[in-house]
Amino acid sequence: MDHFQLFGLKRRLSLDAAGLQERFYELSRECHPDRYARRPAGERQKAEQASALLNDAYRTLRDPISRAEYLLKQEGFDIGEQRGKDVPPELLEEVFELNMALEGLRGGDEDARGPLEEARRRFLEMRCEIDTELGRLFQQYDASGDAAILQQIRGVLNRRRYIRNLVQEVEKELAPSGQPAR
Amino acid sequence: MSQVFEIDFGDHRQSKLVGIDLGTTNSLVAFLDLTGPKVIPGPEGEKLVPSIVSWTSDGRFVVGNEARRLLIDQPERTVYSVKRLMGRGLADIQDELKLFPFRISPGSDSVLRLELGEKVLTPPEISAQVLLQLKRNAEAFLGEAVTQAVITVPAYFNDAQRQATKDAGRIAGLEVLRLVNEPTAASLAYGLDTRNSGVVAVYDLGGGTFDISILRLDDGIFEVLATNGDTHLGGDDIDNRLIRIALEDIAGEWGEDISRSGPAVQLLRRAVIEAKEQLSYLPFTSIQMEYRGKKYQRQITRELFESLIAGIVDRTLGPCRQCIQDSGLSVEQIDEVVLVGGSTRIPMVRRAVETLFKAKPHTELNPDEVVALGAAVQAGILSGDVEDHLLLDVTPLSLGIETMGGVASKLIHRNSTIPASATEAFTTAVDGQRNVLIHVLQGERELVKDCRSLARFELKDIEPLPAGAARIEVRFLIDANGILNVSARDQRTGKEQSVEVKPSYGLTEEQVEAMIRESVEKAEEDFAERQVREARLEADAILAGAEKARSNDAWMELNDEERAAISDAVNQLLLAYHSSDHNLIRAKIHELNTATLQLAETMMNTAVKAALKGTKL
Repeated sequence: MDHFQLFGLKRRLSLDAAGLQERFYELSRECHPDRYARRPAGERQKAEQASALLNDAYRTLRDPISRAEYLLKQEGFDIGEQRGKDVPPELLEEVFELNMALEGLRGGDEDARGPLEEARRRFLEMRCEIDTELGRLFQQYDASGDAAILQQIRGVLNRRRYIRNLVQEVEKELAPSGQPAR
Repeated sequence: MSQVFEIDFGDHRQSKLVGIDLGTTNSLVAFLDLTGPKVIPGPEGEKLVPSIVSWTSDGRFVVGNEARRLLIDQPERTVYSVKRLMGRGLADIQDELKLFPFRISPGSDSVLRLELGEKVLTPPEISAQVLLQLKRNAEAFLGEAVTQAVITVPAYFNDAQRQATKDAGRIAGLEVLRLVNEPTAASLAYGLDTRNSGVVAVYDLGGGTFDISILRLDDGIFEVLATNGDTHLGGDDIDNRLIRIALEDIAGEWGEDISRSGPAVQLLRRAVIEAKEQLSYLPFTSIQMEYRGKKYQRQITRELFESLIAGIVDRTLGPCRQCIQDSGLSVEQIDEVVLVGGSTRIPMVRRAVETLFKAKPHTELNPDEVVALGAAVQAGILSGDVEDHLLLDVTPLSLGIETMGGVASKLIHRNSTIPASATEAFTTAVDGQRNVLIHVLQGERELVKDCRSLARFELKDIEPLPAGAARIEVRFLIDANGILNVSARDQRTGKEQSVEVKPSYGLTEEQVEAMIRESVEKAEEDFAERQVREARLEADAILAGAEKARSNDAWMELNDEERAAISDAVNQLLLAYHSSDHNLIRAKIHELNTATLQLAETMMNTAVKAALKGTKL
């Protein structure tokens, strides 16, 4: 049984978040270990496992990105956990400049802070655009079930992951004491 | 890490399930009755049991207020704030040792041991004494044995700290049905009769720990969205800051360093706590202490106090911001803020919370009691008495394993709803390899050295095969208590793979078992003994009453049969009196009661007649 089936859903990329949450609460009421606290050990254990399964499935499906990655994996795509080391060609120049600024700040050059803030803003913007594009592709796939679109989504996800890592790196440098954003 | 071993407590399934707040400074026990959760008072009516344990020179444990008195007279036999040491190693606690008078026993390298006089105890064993006191209080109040409990822990407690708490429960003869996070418990206490949907932040600043949790409430579901905190931040830190200043003053004024004198520091601690508490409602007060005939007094304004603690209050805000970010919400989407823990009585703390969350915090429930009340509600959920509520909590820290190059690879991310699981396949690196070692870590950092080592799991007796041919699937499950369970399966044979656990901190299973064996026997004995003692006290009272009644006029009004029945019942009770079966004693008390019904009535009538006769109409 895959995560979608667990929620009684078809394998789709666009999901109604409120509906998913409601179903998650319903199923939790049925299988949460709290409901079996005074039952025999076997029943308690099963509740624990069922509940873990449910929680893992909800966590995966709730977030559109992890949901898409999961569906790609289920459809046999290698989503490559490699951190997207290859710089997407259209970002080459930008990333080069960014690295310079990062080095500068690490070396104590506070003037690099401005360009980094700027880069961060630009990358976040890019991520927003990517998310819009993903939303569109999600709908296209749900309507057609076309594997070629999944291939396209895979590419976009890689680019997104790359940008997310960049943003994280920049944020880490800008606020050295804070924990990095996800 | 929990293993398979659990004590079989037999058929106690329907016994009363209590909720316990095992605090750094104070502990409470509560239960749920038909009207809601109630804190159970101790024998002197006190609701808070100070988390202080003393081993007296005549070989008894003393807990709570009595132990607090011994803190001054016998500081070397008494310990407090032991929660700070739960699940920790010697290297972790160097900072604590500078501020707290813990006497660490030599040979504490693998497991921390403290000295209370000549007695040497681990932190779970000391906490177990506090739990035992609460258990006794609950048993006396409820009139039945209490063998199961829900115990609260700081939300930001790691695996070792949780396991240590569970161990303490087991050593005290309590089956811990659930560890509940303190802020979550507090939200249950509030949520039971307030709003039933919305987003709530719980800010919990206690004696020694700080937690922040953000929850979504939806028609009985309490879903924790994110949690954060600091397990070494609380009112204790405020006290220590004030003590340090007073010590400096005293060194100047008296020309004497009293920081090495246990009793003096305890007197001072009391004095600063009193001043701190007063500053929550007074603009200024003074710290006053008398030691060996010398007096120390220092005025302190709220303004100065606030400048002293600003750093501590500030330290709570970082985790709050991170928690808001992790919840995926903006501050504006948080509907309400709830304050928990005694330190939230400080006006400066309230202001800081109000500013950050842009909402007036809730303080309707007593911040000292709300966690215990919530634990009682959770006990009601587990026992089935509360049907429409359900708590969905999260794990506060990411779980990972060590991979090549000292890098921590995350398997379960922080703020994942628990139970949560992850599976990972392992194989061998050389031909014929029989064992694989898995190093499990907890924490958010990238490198193993920056995370906290949780345990090493050893997969044993792997079938000898060429390198890389074995395939063992390891399943990591964080259970509803936030404790890691590990199981492994050989994928080729489908057989369960044996896993040996070596916890990095805390007690091994064998050590806990030995402590339980010792204490459970004692606890059961204790309970039975107490029951007998109480039954005998009752017997004493009724026998004395019967004796007195013989000289009453009413005695003569009874017929021979009635008098014989009473004498017989008295004799039977006297025979039963020395038995160790409290049920038998109570049965005989009941018989004597029945036999003397007529006598009592006659006596009553006589007394009324006498009273009437004496009344001038």
